[in-house]
Amino acid sequence: MSIKVENLTKKYGTQRAIDNISFEVKEGEILGFLGPNGAGKTTTMKIITCFMAPSDGDVNVDGYSIHEHPDLIKKKIGYLPESNPLYHDMPVLEYLEFVAELQGVQKDQIKKRIVEMVRVCGLNIEKHKKIGELSKGYRQRVGLAQAMIHDPDILILDEPTTGLDPNQIVEIRKLIRELGREKTVILSTHILSEVEATCDRILIINKGKIVADGTPDSLRNKAQGQEILRVQILDASSKDEIISSLQSIETIGMVDPVQNNENTFVVNSKPEHSSRKDIFNLCVSKNWVLNEMSPIETKLEDIFRELTTD
Amino acid sequence: MKPVWIITKRELRAFFDSLIAYIMITVFLGLSGFFTWLYGSDIFLLGQATLQPFFSVAYWTLFFFIPALTMKMLAEEKRSGTLELLLTKPVSDWQVLLGKFSASLLLIVIALALTIPYYITVSSIGPVDQGAVWCGYLGMILMSMSYIGIGLFASSITNNQIVAFLTALFIGMFFLIIFNVLANNFTGNLAQLFHFLSISTHYDSISRGVVDTKDIIYFVSIAFIGLTLAESVLSKRNIVEN
Repeated sequence: MSIKVENLTKKYGTQRAIDNISFEVKEGEILGFLGPNGAGKTTTMKIITCFMAPSDGDVNVDGYSIHEHPDLIKKKIGYLPESNPLYHDMPVLEYLEFVAELQGVQKDQIKKRIVEMVRVCGLNIEKHKKIGELSKGYRQRVGLAQAMIHDPDILILDEPTTGLDPNQIVEIRKLIRELGREKTVILSTHILSEVEATCDRILIINKGKIVADGTPDSLRNKAQGQEILRVQILDASSKDEIISSLQSIETIGMVDPVQNNENTFVVNSKPEHSSRKDIFNLCVSKNWVLNEMSPIETKLEDIFRELTTD
Repeated sequence: MKPVWIITKRELRAFFDSLIAYIMITVFLGLSGFFTWLYGSDIFLLGQATLQPFFSVAYWTLFFFIPALTMKMLAEEKRSGTLELLLTKPVSDWQVLLGKFSASLLLIVIALALTIPYYITVSSIGPVDQGAVWCGYLGMILMSMSYIGIGLFASSITNNQIVAFLTALFIGMFFLIIFNVLANNFTGNLAQLFHFLSISTHYDSISRGVVDTKDIIYFVSIAFIGLTLAESVLSKRNIVEN
């Protein structure tokens, strides 16, 4: 089931929370929605889930427009809002039954689905407690369980792992990956390692505009452009000699000595060139010991920071 | 209609789970019983087999109780964000409002039904004006509908339960007292208008045993206007600004 967002705009007064964004999510894809606070992630999700009408533009879910068939779309979507709002005075099982009924799950299926959700989300020990008595992690699981109770084709999760401990985070990510095999998932997060661990595709949004779109690898390659190496050379007579020798190599653009670390240098190759072989040959011919040569990867954090700061 | 019933069930359950229902029913029965049987112009003082003292007490207790029931219904859901979760399920704003409306009304009907023993006791003492009793109950239910409509509107405009409660009382005060006072202070068309707007005009005529469609329309339209206003407040999130 695909989601197609076309020229979506939402204005609050004169401010544009999202500004003419378009993207498409294919069936079975896990899309990571990335962006600083207030970038428009939550607003976009609220519009896709038919909570709020956009100022302009359209969203098509499986060919149905949010303007014409909100009820059909709502049935296909499971939604976990940002702050995970729940009725704190309701017991877990009663709440899940309420949501299942509202979502129109067949009467004879309701029990089965609840049992399934309790198992999948690991709620068995806490299922008879009132939601208000649960810890934050368990509440988050209840939030996930209610989103998935009607076995929706699309899951929209707004920061699904906030408030969870590291073990739970790993579990929830695994769960999302498993679900993503057959469902379309959109999840938003600030945590970049989370996107790398779970998502097939990343969408970075800033000030209501899409600034990057692609797989984690393709984004990294795009930002990287040139090879950066960290090189440590021993047994040379002086630091300057190493620098001048390195700089005489044709494929090398720039050499920076690393501060507080003798004999270590950051070497920038010229665009679309690799200088690893030349550095090795240089060391052999000069009889230096090449103690370390490792590529410095551009981290997703760097890409994120570069794209979302002015 | 099914989503309305699902929401009604949940709201009713919430009333009983949180003790609100028990407290409200106990206090309602206690207050009205006290004034019907023991104190003030009770039936022994009147020396008549009538439920009139009960109805005149309930007239006031409902005015305070209903805003207390409706105050959290939308305000609390807005504050905690559960409204967003509810409205992203396949239900419309109207279905949510009607579900909450009928849950409140059902609780009032339950409370009123529990006063049937009053009627049985009184009718065993002497001949009761049957018409006046049943019309009195009908009047109570109709009046409750108006208060619930007002209460839900008050609850829709704020995130704060106390503000919702006070707003509902404030609006209710106009219909219960102020319009009546104004009707007595003015003459001509204006007096007639205020007279028509006052709840007591319509309630009195029903509780005397005269059921006029005009009175039914009056109470139902206040409820309807309240719900419509609440709906338009909720749907403000959909307003497209240019």
